[in-house]
Amino acid sequence: MDVDLRIKRFDPENDERPHWEEYRVTVDESDRVLDALHQVRWYQDGSLAFRRSCAHGVCGSDAMVINGENRLACVLLVRDVGSKITVEPLRGLPVLKDLVVDMDAFFAQYRKVMPWLVNETDPGDGERLQSPEQRARFDDTTKCILCAACTTSCPVYWANDTYVGPAAIVNAHRFIYDSRDEAGDERLEILDAQSGVWKCRTAFNCTDACPRGIRVTEAIQEVKRAIVRPHPESG
Amino acid sequence: MNVHRHTFDAVIVGAGGAGLRAAIETAGKCRTAVISKLYPTRSHTGAAQGGMCAALANVEEDSWEWHAFDTVKGGDYLVDQPAAEIMCREAVDAVIELEHFGLPFNRTPQGKIDQRRFGGHTRNHGEAPVKRACYAADRTGHMILQTLYQQCVARGVAFFDEFQVLDVAFVDGDPSRGVAGVVAHELATGDLHVFECSAALFATGGFGRIFKVSSNAHTLTGDGPGLLWRRGVPLEDMEFFQFHPTGINKLGILLSEAARGEGGILRNEDGERFMERYAPTVKDLAPRDMVSRAMLTEIRQGRGSGADKDYLYLDLTHLPPEQIDEKLPDIAEFVRTYLGIEPKTDLIPIQPTAHYAMGGIPTNVSAEVILDAEGTVAPGLYAAGECACVSVHGANRLGTNSLLDIVVFGRRGGAAMAEFVGGREPPGLAPGFEEAVAGTITALLGGVEGTERVADVRAELQEQMTLNASVFRTDESLRAVSATIDRLRARYLSVAVTDQSMRFNYELSEALELGYLLDVAQALVAAALARTESRGGHFRDDHPLRDDANWMRHSLAYRQPDGSIRLDYKPVVGGPYLPMERKY
Ligand SMILES: Cc1cc2nc3c(=O)[nH]c(=O)nc-3n(C[C@H](O)[C@H](O)[C@H](O)COP(=O)(O)OP(=O)(O)OC[C@H]3O[C@@H](n4cnc5c(N)ncnc54)[C@H](O)[C@@H]3O)c2cc1C
Ligand code: SF4
Ligand code: FES
Repeated sequence: MDVDLRIKRFDPENDERPHWEEYRVTVDESDRVLDALHQVRWYQDGSLAFRRSCAHGVCGSDAMVINGENRLACVLLVRDVGSKITVEPLRGLPVLKDLVVDMDAFFAQYRKVMPWLVNETDPGDGERLQSPEQRARFDDTTKCILCAACTTSCPVYWANDTYVGPAAIVNAHRFIYDSRDEAGDERLEILDAQSGVWKCRTAFNCTDACPRGIRVTEAIQEVKRAIVRPHPESG
Repeated sequence: MNVHRHTFDAVIVGAGGAGLRAAIETAGKCRTAVISKLYPTRSHTGAAQGGMCAALANVEEDSWEWHAFDTVKGGDYLVDQPAAEIMCREAVDAVIELEHFGLPFNRTPQGKIDQRRFGGHTRNHGEAPVKRACYAADRTGHMILQTLYQQCVARGVAFFDEFQVLDVAFVDGDPSRGVAGVVAHELATGDLHVFECSAALFATGGFGRIFKVSSNAHTLTGDGPGLLWRRGVPLEDMEFFQFHPTGINKLGILLSEAARGEGGILRNEDGERFMERYAPTVKDLAPRDMVSRAMLTEIRQGRGSGADKDYLYLDLTHLPPEQIDEKLPDIAEFVRTYLGIEPKTDLIPIQPTAHYAMGGIPTNVSAEVILDAEGTVAPGLYAAGECACVSVHGANRLGTNSLLDIVVFGRRGGAAMAEFVGGREPPGLAPGFEEAVAGTITALLGGVEGTERVADVRAELQEQMTLNASVFRTDESLRAVSATIDRLRARYLSVAVTDQSMRFNYELSEALELGYLLDVAQALVAAALARTESRGGHFRDDHPLRDDANWMRHSLAYRQPDGSIRLDYKPVVGGPYLPMERKY
């Protein structure tokens, strides 16, 4: 089928401001939007910049705004969007070129929440024990692929980029609710600060945007509750 | 072109599981730069689903010797047995260490790491399948990649993200004299960066993109093996490439073997469980090379499905729905997203997909790169992960052994490299070394009259490799594709990059990647043509039997100055297990 792609282009080397360009490509209806973008880059306009790698929704490279929503281009099929497709870069992060945004601030927010297991107790030779129930407690937030779809869908983040944003909170949640972790209090303190969870206005955009189906808003709410009532039932 | 200079003791090229595990080892010991063309968490290790095996014996009796035996047999006896022994013995510690790093493994009711079945892993030398694969749902690789990255962040590792390494410098241009540096292209600016160093570890992953239908990411293009090959380093056992039985039809997206480990069944058009005929004991859980051949045999004999009778089915419909939700959630979602069907009730159309390179940059068990059949070490040069060949996988890798390989040999490589650079100063780089790379880029950007399109040359390469050099090969098919590659190499010289900008010029990076794809494909075909036997992933219709008298040896392919290939061989390092017929 023929698809009309409208893509927001911007090359700071040559353009003063972003502009739209249109391309018609022929694809199968079971093709991904990513395949349509490849058609453009490979056969029509080699200068179109977008990131991608795995092409099946596991690496987090190609989050972008497709017909107004934050999506991974490789997880969305053409038949589900129709023959008119509008593509823009993620909002709230500086555009470096076309669909490529600057991820530095995003990863800096991630690093702020100490996204690693802290446990100073000697584990001995074997594994640390964790029951299936304790393990299930934080299962949802282990799925994050750091694609930034949630954070860049958040109206609070658009207005105020000091907010750590949903993705960082998701990654803090993953450790706060891990029965093996010992730094929950420190993370809660970080998230209790000005730039932390209290900025969340429960808009649910993040949950809708997450391609991994993580219940992002719920995770944020759980972190809020843990701050109010310290020592969350980590299992 | 702007050129920046950096000095480090050690450079790690690639930030997948192997590169990150190496970085954890060098952290705090020496100045290390980790250079990756992708953000580390975008690496394809994150796509691995099924598991990482170790004989923990958490749910069933098991031992590392049994694991080593399975690895050797699975590799069709081309495995170097001392290396397999090391990997299987260290597997236990490697898994426990990942758990201590925070990896959220699935758990047994007692709270221990849970384990499940995987193809080719058996108890007591082939008696029956054994539960050996440690896993985190069907996103084990994702959890390994995230956990190792988290540990690198905790250690303040220096990352150069979205830098594509394009060249390596040796002292006097001679790999046996030592490493002097690497040259990288920064995607964001188009600038070149020269990293002077005493040691470099390559961990650039696989190169499944030489084939049309593949489970590999677009970015898995063989850069590391390709660029080292151009500088005189040989490539080992390139003829051995694994095709995974269960790729989503046409797309190649992987549906993990865990689906069969959990009880999934392969069926042909008649609904028959055909693997019963090919591997009566382990059936659907036979090693991948055997299952892929069985599938294509079914298709050749007219028992495929669809209008072209060219695919088969994976059947999960008899599994309890909650087992699918709990143990295979991601692959169930892939099926829904890309095929629009429900795996709990519908049969899933599948075909073999190009998956894993057994061959690559030759190394010893310390991940030191070796240069010849005598085992001469290239001082300061290391390789680990899928781009390397130790060889622990021989002619066919067992499922779950690669995630193990990247962790075990990433760690060994990092440790050996940190020790090597201790007290050394980087030897220094000849001035202007980066000019070779600058020249290549300038030429691609239109310094020469370009008429060819990257996408066209690449599509033809992938098409012809799939047709002539995949699951079944013959002298004729390999000669045909060899001639095709020669023609494509000539066409590659007149590839034009139309985008002239410096920032995020992906057309340029894809053109550079295509150069490496052509290199590794050429090495693969040359080695496959020479090997007149069938073993593991290399099957010759015209030489259908394994020939231990002549072929218990690893191939080494060298790029000659005139572009042709010289092949050399080195014997397989034996051990307790003598070659026997591979029956399952
Ligand atoms: C879909 C799928 C499922 C799998 N499932 C399993 C499984 O269940 N169990 C198992 O054991 N194995 C599995 N495997 C195999 C295993 O995942 C891989 O072999 C392994 O993860 C490779 O790791 P790596 O670190 O070598 O490379 P990768 O993780 O691929 O990393 C390569 C790195 O190199 C970088 N790079 C490449 N070229 C350059 C360059 N020129 N300059 C700078 N950086 C560069 C990339 O940016 C990336 O960071 C699976 C593979 C696939 C494709
Ligand atoms: S929580 Fe979801 S949307 Fe947000 S970064 Fe992680 S995977 Fe992406
Ligand atoms: S390309 Fe990896 S998530 Fe889309």
